[in-house]
Amino acid sequence: MPHTLYDKIWNDHLVHEQDDGTALLFVDRHLIHEVTSPQAFEGLRNSKRKVRQPSLTLAVADHNVPTTDRSKGISDQESKIQVETLEANCKEFGIKLFGMNDKRQGIVHVTGPEQGFTQPGTVIVCGDSHTATHGAFGSLAFGIGTSEVEHVLATQTLVQKKAKNFRINVNGKLPLGVTSKDVILQIIGKIGTAGGTGCVIEYAGDLIRSLSVEQRMTICNMTIEGGARAGLIEPDEKIFNYLKGRPMSPKGDTWDKAVEVWSNLNSDNDSHFDKEVSLTAEEIIPMVTWGTSPQDVITIEGKVPNPNTEKDLDKKSSIERSLKYMGLKPDTLAKDIKIDKVFIGSCTNGRIEDLREAAKILKNKKKASHVHAMVVPGSGLVKQQAEQEGLDKIFINSGFEWREPGCSMCLAMNADKLKPEERCASTSNRNFEGRQGRGGRTHLVSPGMAAAAAISGNLDDVRKYQN
Amino acid sequence: MQKFISLKSIPSYLPIVNIDTDMIIPKQFLKTIKRTGLGKNLFFELRYDETGKEIPDFILNKKPFCNSNILITGKNFGCGSSREHAPWALLDFGITCIISSSYADIFYNNCFKNGILPIVLNEDKIKDLSEYSNRKEEISVNLADQKIIYGNNEILFEIDPFKKKCLLEGLDDIALSLEKSDKIKCFENKIKNQRPWIFND
Ligand code: SF4
Repeated sequence: MPHTLYDKIWNDHLVHEQDDGTALLFVDRHLIHEVTSPQAFEGLRNSKRKVRQPSLTLAVADHNVPTTDRSKGISDQESKIQVETLEANCKEFGIKLFGMNDKRQGIVHVTGPEQGFTQPGTVIVCGDSHTATHGAFGSLAFGIGTSEVEHVLATQTLVQKKAKNFRINVNGKLPLGVTSKDVILQIIGKIGTAGGTGCVIEYAGDLIRSLSVEQRMTICNMTIEGGARAGLIEPDEKIFNYLKGRPMSPKGDTWDKAVEVWSNLNSDNDSHFDKEVSLTAEEIIPMVTWGTSPQDVITIEGKVPNPNTEKDLDKKSSIERSLKYMGLKPDTLAKDIKIDKVFIGSCTNGRIEDLREAAKILKNKKKASHVHAMVVPGSGLVKQQAEQEGLDKIFINSGFEWREPGCSMCLAMNADKLKPEERCASTSNRNFEGRQGRGGRTHLVSPGMAAAAAISGNLDDVRKYQN
Repeated sequence: MQKFISLKSIPSYLPIVNIDTDMIIPKQFLKTIKRTGLGKNLFFELRYDETGKEIPDFILNKKPFCNSNILITGKNFGCGSSREHAPWALLDFGITCIISSSYADIFYNNCFKNGILPIVLNEDKIKDLSEYSNRKEEISVNLADQKIIYGNNEILFEIDPFKKKCLLEGLDDIALSLEKSDKIKCFENKIKNQRPWIFND
């Protein structure tokens, strides 16, 4: 029987399966951060359990860390306790940790791949919904809750039921200035935030294959915004080249053997997908979100919807609610939306290629005077690389702040946040009410679009700034 | 884990779709290292104004809904972040049963780990039940029979048998999995042979 990539990884990790389909799945890679792990360790301690395989878990502090000078530690007491609790737990249970002052520290979904901890064909979990990012490597990667984090620590397995197979094909070539962020925003707009519920999505098609590893990560990252459990892409040479020589990648003969195994990770030709959607790359235009759900997308040439033209009452009231929160009038042109802030960063778009893309647009240009703009690299290594390439200079010369790595204003748990009614063009992944600060208004865009918005002072078309 | 067997309560009806976990419990409350005490901050931005005063119109601030154990709500409830703080906050507030036409996957799973029963019903049935919230009348939920009783009516709901058993008996699923330690050990040995790079020690 032909199998999908998801089926194959699933079958390869089955420790046990009950008659009703409830399965115990082996977890090869477990990532933890400070926010969703303390209660899991507390649970272990209370029940006197150990971590079964400490070497299969990797910890990093990212959500709470300050992005300004760290030499004085964390001033927020609660954040400080949470980061210190992670340190103490890792020490007690023998887990490797990249602390706040480690060069390798970064957003967990940037650090994992960067270190070669993320590998094809593995099951990867983390107490974080954007774990789907790692699916770009052809691994089955998904977010879990804290009770499940505890379960993984104690047993190195997870209780799961199989999801459905959903394939999204994107074929063709992207027009100039259009990126993988626009592709995934368009996909979510098309399938809706619950469109992938109960499914694992495989992204396929020649456009997907043509994307770089980091661009693939952007797509898989936002899979959760389409409601799916996980998103994955067949691994290929690009993935193997990316991983080769990374600190935690296999070495020597083992590397050759690994590549041999990884090369067989694909969906069989006639495998069955429960659901399938196709997009044409040429038709994708730079996208922005107008509302408070990632499915609220329009093109940069479009306008904000008008609830009066919506017949479905639920949808109508939901549009009204979003417009009110966002402080927007129906039918406003996207390009007429004035912004106050720009945030470039997050596990969606905080990697080196994202910074290059934004810097390319910003080179020799200044941000609009009323805009406050910042760049938060996804990890210490991304920051270092960007500085070697002189990207920091470009950002600083355009009037951006150049910060230390972390989650930052993607969720505003640290000091970086929007004030009420402030409007932000952001390269992150969620535009929920209050996500970037109470009353804050978020428009999700690609890094190039964020740069264009910074220059113009309003949402704008990156294509007009192609250098 | 606490058991869920049956429940009788006046339901609260919150007719918003796509309620995300940021809305259920905003990030400033994720800095805790405990599971308890989050109830007062449940739906924080809907419940309190900028000065921290209760918004009197918000349903969970009103009597008798401030004592509801059942929340009826719009579709795709619990989307967004995986934070288990969301079910912890609901539980701490006193909500142990949610009724919606759909949930986000991770949130749905997290409920079961905390003794909360998330029930899936179609939109029509939800409209019927929401009337009981409007009229401030009790409804009953019985897990063993998979039944909701309201007025003279009954509806059956579906639930995964294993999840049902865990809830009814309040089972600790880590203990259950640890019973399979031998199988896990065997599996680990197999990996060491077939994919030696997995164990990077
Ligand atoms: S960058 Fe944002 S989405 Fe990514 S892990 Fe951090 S908080 Fe979550």
